[in-house]
Amino acid sequence: MRAPHRDPRPVALVAVGGAAGTLVRWAVSAAVPALDGFPAATLTVNVVGSFLLGWLLEHLVRRGPETPTALRWRLGLGTGFCGGLTTWSSFAVEVDRLTSTGSAGTAAGYVLASLAAGLLAVVAGVALAGRRAR
Amino acid sequence: MIALLALAGGAGAAARFVVDGAVRTRWPSQFPWGVLLVNVLGSLLLGVLTGLVLEGADERWGLVLGVGFCGGFTTFSTAMTDTVRLARDGSVRLALVNLLGTLAATVTAAALGLGLAVLG
Repeated sequence: MRAPHRDPRPVALVAVGGAAGTLVRWAVSAAVPALDGFPAATLTVNVVGSFLLGWLLEHLVRRGPETPTALRWRLGLGTGFCGGLTTWSSFAVEVDRLTSTGSAGTAAGYVLASLAAGLLAVVAGVALAGRRAR
Repeated sequence: MIALLALAGGAGAAARFVVDGAVRTRWPSQFPWGVLLVNVLGSLLLGVLTGLVLEGADERWGLVLGVGFCGGFTTFSTAMTDTVRLARDGSVRLALVNLLGTLAATVTAAALGLGLAVLG
């Protein structure tokens, strides 16, 4: 029994989920305009992905010990799709670019909004999974 | 281009899974070192790519390697769920270290990448 990250099939599942998440993130970036230089598209995918992953992980944990099917959902939808949908690299580069182009206030607001909304989204996802479990 | 973007995003996610798994296996810890490492490396790489595009490199590199690979490689959602998990497990200090440490390390790495690209 190989560890999942050393087994081609789970790795491929993560790749498929990641590809799908990346395409959705790209579509959102094309559809959501920057509001006065505020990176609204990245914020949107990061908050939605955090909510979805918070819900998924809590939902799976509440179903008890991880079955092979649950593992596939966690890797495909969680590690793959949510990981591909959300991005930390764009967030970091956007913070730097805003700061270096004289919009330090916008950068600070973007950081605060991202971290606060991201954490709240996880908590909301966890709460939803807990409510559905009863 | 769209197929390349999807392929690169998938490759980035798979690379994250492999790197994180290797780090967890070698250095088991309550703290998510693997995800932190991935997010720092990906931010450094996207900084370099963004800098190169700003300097006049082909934007398609930015799309495939930046939006695709770096976006798939790094993750915001896992960093958030890890932070909440640490706090729920009673390690509020570790949760804050993960959140603010990731922020500081990635913004620094991205700035370094941007600087390297402009100098190079």
